[in-house]
Amino acid sequence: MTDAAHAHSHDDHSHGDHGHHAPPSGMMRWLTTTNHKDIGSLYLWFALIMLFTAGSMALLIRAELFQPGLQLTNPDFFNQLTTMHGLIMIFGVIMPAFSGFANWQIPLMLGAPDMAFPRMNNWAFWILPVAAILLMGSFLLPGGAVAGGWTMYPPLFIQGGISYDLTILAVHIMGLSSIMGSINIITTVLNMRAPGLTLMKMPLFCWTWLITAYLLIATMPVLAGAVTMLLTDRNFGTSFFNAAGGGDPVMFQHIFWFFAHPEVYILILPAFGIVSSIIPTFARKPLFGYASMVYATASIAILSFIVWAHHMFSVGMPAAAQLFFMFSTMLIAVPTGVKVFNWVATMWKGSMTFETPMLFAIAFVCLFTIGGFSGLVLAIAPVDIQLHDTYYVVAHFHYVLVSGALFSIFAGIYYWLPKWSGHMYDETLGKWHFWLSVIGMNIVFFPMHFLGLAGMPRRIPDYALQFTEFNQIATYGAFIFGFSQLIFLVVVLKAARGGVRATDRVWEGAEGLEWTLPSPAPYHTFETAPVVK
Amino acid sequence: MSGGNAKTLSKLVVVTLLMFGFGFALVPFYYKICEATGINSGAEQSLVKNTQVDTSRWVTLEFDANTNAGLPWQFKPLQNRLKVHPGQLVQVEYEVVNTSDQPVVGQAVPSYGPARAAAFFKKIECFCFTPQTLAAGERRRMPVLFVLDSAMDRDVHTVTLSYTFFDVGTKARVSGEQRGVPHG
Repeated sequence: MTDAAHAHSHDDHSHGDHGHHAPPSGMMRWLTTTNHKDIGSLYLWFALIMLFTAGSMALLIRAELFQPGLQLTNPDFFNQLTTMHGLIMIFGVIMPAFSGFANWQIPLMLGAPDMAFPRMNNWAFWILPVAAILLMGSFLLPGGAVAGGWTMYPPLFIQGGISYDLTILAVHIMGLSSIMGSINIITTVLNMRAPGLTLMKMPLFCWTWLITAYLLIATMPVLAGAVTMLLTDRNFGTSFFNAAGGGDPVMFQHIFWFFAHPEVYILILPAFGIVSSIIPTFARKPLFGYASMVYATASIAILSFIVWAHHMFSVGMPAAAQLFFMFSTMLIAVPTGVKVFNWVATMWKGSMTFETPMLFAIAFVCLFTIGGFSGLVLAIAPVDIQLHDTYYVVAHFHYVLVSGALFSIFAGIYYWLPKWSGHMYDETLGKWHFWLSVIGMNIVFFPMHFLGLAGMPRRIPDYALQFTEFNQIATYGAFIFGFSQLIFLVVVLKAARGGVRATDRVWEGAEGLEWTLPSPAPYHTFETAPVVK
Repeated sequence: MSGGNAKTLSKLVVVTLLMFGFGFALVPFYYKICEATGINSGAEQSLVKNTQVDTSRWVTLEFDANTNAGLPWQFKPLQNRLKVHPGQLVQVEYEVVNTSDQPVVGQAVPSYGPARAAAFFKKIECFCFTPQTLAAGERRRMPVLFVLDSAMDRDVHTVTLSYTFFDVGTKARVSGEQRGVPHG
């Protein structure tokens, strides 16, 4: 009893303290902030700016590909565009956006006052713009930006100019940022849950991010090692990958994909978490098969470590290895299928309504599944050798990364923005954004399946005449999709500035600790941990 | 609570550092795997594959060796017959012994049976290109490196290569290869 009274008076004292500590105003507030909500917003704004940057590059690529021959770019600049588009979309858009969601939502969902290491959190964000400057600045250097593909394969990446060194340093920095963010997330989830909130009661978003964070600390250091070897090959006379000195460029591909295959799950597991939060809300039913969702997520993560060489069937390996990587890759379809069926079962006989977050979540389930199926096709080694480096691969990974990862980010923003800003977004504009995005996205990427099957290679600015029609269709779609993102920008800006006040619960069917808070969520929340029964 | 966080932090930092090291450990691991599975070895890749070999047929080669009367040498092939594919690089050896007590110079002259096979018998290295000087009692092994051209008629199944050594005294006969070289 006395303990409780003591704790209570201590709480009062700390509340009083916070009253005197208004955040500094202007730029310093954002530079020095250690508040998880501020840092979450910073990540999301950064991702949005990068989305428009790398998206503009994609539009330039599609404009060049509108006709065969060279119109707008030369081949070297075209390769710079494809390389930078890939690097920025992965490391500058999808990953920071998911980190933004993690920073905003994980403490709110767990009933924690903040992330475990707020100052490290500040660093994890603020080194990202430095990496972005290194990457983007290399466009201005002699020789232009990196043009060797986002996969950074030697020998091209050993031979290039100064911008290749800058890109390697940028990858180091972005990796360090992800590792710091991941350590923060793991520690927060493991140690700072509200009393009574056991691991198996956590919202699935926390589970998927916990597993993602483990993947990140297991694989980001391997990428750091690989690019360090590139750096020493370039500058310090080592020959890890330099064939002239006895090295092996194929070894880079093995080390790189050992990182990069788990990376593709890093880019999709948090999306699974977001969608698993949204579908139950708008189906007004609890998530079907919660435990199986957790185990499926963990299975995908574990399997992701033993499938990497399916990216390299065409570089040559023994038949036994091809069979192993082919079947282990196909095995991933099982836990992924469990997830898709669980989402469908959650919607089954639910009292569904179709607000914008739910529309994006349903589009995610349908279109991500298409991307998953084309992934299964590519997993078949003999088929992959035919389709390797064609537009079929481009179609596949854009279905999982655009209509998968990016659509889940849109869904999550529409879902939680009222809680974050305190204002409802404009539902009409949101629906316009959704329909234009989903139609535009399919017009861009669906024809690419046919282009790939017909043999059009990726990363080349020119193409044979018979590919013209499908390329023109894709380019029309790209401009519809690209410009409809301006609607999203308007929606976010409008909701950030004002609008209809959101209720505390926001959505009729919403469940979870974050909805017990007022809207907008106060600057400091859960300073006294809530008790979860 | 913060004590627990610091403990988790240090564990995760250790994992991060270990995985950084693991990235580098993959380098020797990669070469071990390549060695164990016998793939990607440098020696195999540098072997030039002869794509001219006609593996669809075999030709039997017979080797014969004679010495012209008066040459005090013993001369014999180390193999009497060999089955080869046309286009295949073949090396055979002959042995020669000078049985006299003074140095002798000999010149080998080849002949072929059937004679039309001669045009397809492409020698790369042969002791018959130059006169051979053997010291008294000297024993020597001499190679012939050749390719049987795969353009040779398909109805030729056996080719006989016969060498005869002639005594050219102490003065070397000018061989075909040496013609045109001015003598001093």
